[in-house]
Amino acid sequence: MGTAIKKGKLHVVTLTVNGEEHAVLVKANTTLLDLLREEFDYTGTKKGCELGDCGACTVLMDDRPVNSCLVLAVEADGHSFTTIEGVEQGGKLDRLQEEFINQAAVQCGYCSPGMILSGKALLMRNPHPTEREVREAIGGNLCRCTGYVRIVKAILAAAEANS
Amino acid sequence: MSEATTKEFSVIGKSVPKIDARDKVTGRAKYTGDLKVTGMLIGKILRSPHAHARILSIDTSKAEQLPGVEAVITAKDVPATFYGISPARYDETILAIEKVLQVGDKVAAVAAVDEETAVKALGLIDVEYEVLPAVLDPLRAMDEDQPQIHPQYERNISVEIHQDFGDVEMAFQQSHLVRTDRFQGNRATHVPMEPHAAISKWENGKLTIWSSTQSPHYFQYHIARVFGLKMGDVRVIKPTVGGGFGGKLEPSAAEYVSAALAMKTGRPVKIVFDRKEVFFHNRGRHAQHIELTTGVTKEGKILGVHGKYIIDGGSYTSLGIASAYYAGAMLPLIYEFDHFKFDCFRVHTNLPSCAAQRGHGAPQPRFAFESQLDMIAKELGMDPIEIRKVNARRPNTMTLNDLKVNSCEFMACLEKAREISGWVGKKGKLPPGQGIGIGCGGFITGAGYPIYRTRLPHAAAIVKVSEQGDIATLYIGAVDIGQGSDTILAQMAAEAIGINYEDMRIVSADTETTPHDFGAYASRQTLMSGHAVKQAGEEVRRQIIELAAELLEASVADLDIDRRVIFVKGSPEKMLPFETVANEFFIRKGPLMGKGSYTPPKLGGKFKGAAVGTSPAYSFAAQISQVEVDEETGQVMVTNVWDVHDCGTVINPNLLHAQVEGALFMGMGEAMYEQVVFDDKGRPLNANLGEYRVPTALDVPQVISELVDSYEPAGPWGVKEVGEGATLPTMGSYANAIYDAIGVRLYDLPLTPEKVWRAIHERKKPS
Repeated sequence: MGTAIKKGKLHVVTLTVNGEEHAVLVKANTTLLDLLREEFDYTGTKKGCELGDCGACTVLMDDRPVNSCLVLAVEADGHSFTTIEGVEQGGKLDRLQEEFINQAAVQCGYCSPGMILSGKALLMRNPHPTEREVREAIGGNLCRCTGYVRIVKAILAAAEANS
Repeated sequence: MSEATTKEFSVIGKSVPKIDARDKVTGRAKYTGDLKVTGMLIGKILRSPHAHARILSIDTSKAEQLPGVEAVITAKDVPATFYGISPARYDETILAIEKVLQVGDKVAAVAAVDEETAVKALGLIDVEYEVLPAVLDPLRAMDEDQPQIHPQYERNISVEIHQDFGDVEMAFQQSHLVRTDRFQGNRATHVPMEPHAAISKWENGKLTIWSSTQSPHYFQYHIARVFGLKMGDVRVIKPTVGGGFGGKLEPSAAEYVSAALAMKTGRPVKIVFDRKEVFFHNRGRHAQHIELTTGVTKEGKILGVHGKYIIDGGSYTSLGIASAYYAGAMLPLIYEFDHFKFDCFRVHTNLPSCAAQRGHGAPQPRFAFESQLDMIAKELGMDPIEIRKVNARRPNTMTLNDLKVNSCEFMACLEKAREISGWVGKKGKLPPGQGIGIGCGGFITGAGYPIYRTRLPHAAAIVKVSEQGDIATLYIGAVDIGQGSDTILAQMAAEAIGINYEDMRIVSADTETTPHDFGAYASRQTLMSGHAVKQAGEEVRRQIIELAAELLEASVADLDIDRRVIFVKGSPEKMLPFETVANEFFIRKGPLMGKGSYTPPKLGGKFKGAAVGTSPAYSFAAQISQVEVDEETGQVMVTNVWDVHDCGTVINPNLLHAQVEGALFMGMGEAMYEQVVFDDKGRPLNANLGEYRVPTALDVPQVISELVDSYEPAGPWGVKEVGEGATLPTMGSYANAIYDAIGVRLYDLPLTPEKVWRAIHERKKPS
């Protein structure tokens, strides 16, 4: 883990987001969520509760899902992040994104970025999860529209495509 | 609907991908909170810490001096116009004028250069309150010793309803069995994942508001009225919306206060509620206290029903009058009976305001009714499905409260639910601790009348074909809040014109660029907006065919269009591509456009409140749930739910089943987990998503959603409701399944482990 350098009231933070390296000045109380949304305009990272309850702000921190509202920007120093904007590669959707579309797992879409990133983290560490494992992996991501039925199907379908 | 009956269509009846899905899975979709307008300030609202208090003084001077603060406003800086959503009960103001009526009520507001400064400024506003006694118990709200919350509502009665159809006393005298039971509902709330948000811009006497709204039209109407502007000087634009469920049907402080701050500062102002503010604004489910008396014959035929209700409306009226009427109006829908009495008091308390939530007013009464029907069946020795079949509504009938039902396949729903759930092999035959139960429901397909009195059509649409004829754009006021209306309306337009879904573009829900539509509530858009779209599409089709007939030297009657090919029926080699004709049309006559609008027929009876519950069409549903109960802990695990819906023709099967699954899920949360609770000062104890328990992916059962063949003559292509109906049966089906599993009856929502455990121990006590 890197150490943020203090400059007056501000701290220098170096981090990688979606493959791009950034050095930014942040306040001690700036969250990673606000840094991503306000500084880098990665607004796909959603703000739902700011208390770590809803999972709408999930991003991958060194390939592990975290609630970006609970990570301070200074803690992001030296780490690598993937937001939903970094999942599509060269104009080609990730299989998981395709399955979210095919299975009609998207309704209002506010939870979708976090769901997809939690699903992606699961498939990276466990390419062939059981349904129970899928449900556990998205247990921290609330959805109010779908009852999770099609989200679970989409993640399982993407896993199926892995084999 | 089966494949066979949808085959004749080219675009509808198919599970095309959602028109906005790609934007939503890539993070490109922009919600209101994601937008930035040049020069934008951040607004924050100072909220009351007291449930009921007089404001003695407000000192904003320190806040005004904080660098970065551009404006601080209190009630004296904004219009004092009362607003609401039921015109007879406008009782809310932008900022509290004299008194605050709930914890979280709106007292003052700040606009500052950033959020941190705005929050800091709120802390510098000094408000002196005289704390008043608060009304916190709805059952005591009408008592003489309780303080009166609004000067105009004596004994805190928001609305009092007494409807009497037939002769219920006579019906009870003729009954073989009459049962009275009391039920208690819970204060559930919508919890859209996107909190309420608005950005207001005031420029050259024109107010533009980007808003997370279910109805740009109602927002435009109310905001223009409150600020004394012409409707044409208020533009409401809906960006992508992250769920509504009834909670975004009226403007909130996000719109009113940001507009006031924008007018004061001359700069755009953004307000995004934090999660706690969403709970303060609320407008969620009314907790209903219901005493239900039902009389039946020996054969289980319902003769009469009397419902007595006290329902907790909270601080302001909002849409609560309609909610109260719906609580009675929907009861006679799914079962046929002739005698019904409905007495209801909606009372004010110093708690957050209640209004419309998915199933509007109807789910808790349905829970009570479905529970009691099972108790009656038990006393009569009847199977729960049999007693429902004895009473099930038939097509082409009129309810006792003058609701006209056209299509109705409720009987088929009951039979199919019995079959697919394996009911016969399970009912009374499952191992101890396991049970199966049924609950049913039915719902409107759009309200027969708008919320305020107007002769405007309910929906309108414009279709414009591009000059090259390669694409067509649908301009429609209908509001996609996630349910997928943009997608299914685009499918309908393509079908009506004779082109492909992929050729459709859509511009929706902007009061300036799209024609009027009342918005996303009451499950209205597929039928109502759909009618307007079909008409607009068919007008394009007619014009294209007329020109093609000229070009092909054929008669109009002999021509058809299918998926962009215009051809002579019977000689398909005589054809022209759609784009050729559309392009020629533009060259000869200018823009190729079609328009349509829809107004429902005059519906309903003559009695007071007769408009509530009217609709062009009604859906019906039967739901069966299977549960396992741990008698040691009272923990209930719902393992399976089977829903069979009668929803008319299906436009997009995937999106339709997704609606059923979501509606059922919302009913499930309310049945099992969800309740906003307050301390003895009226402060919410769980206004967050950790302690207000929305079900997670680990809490939900296996859900099977199935349909019955059905065609609704009042709908375009035969469509009707799907978005809300599946919320209604769930609570009753769960309670009935728990009874089947362990023989205890729960009357009080939500059905928590503690209540199950207590009921088990109550039963074990020697009487």
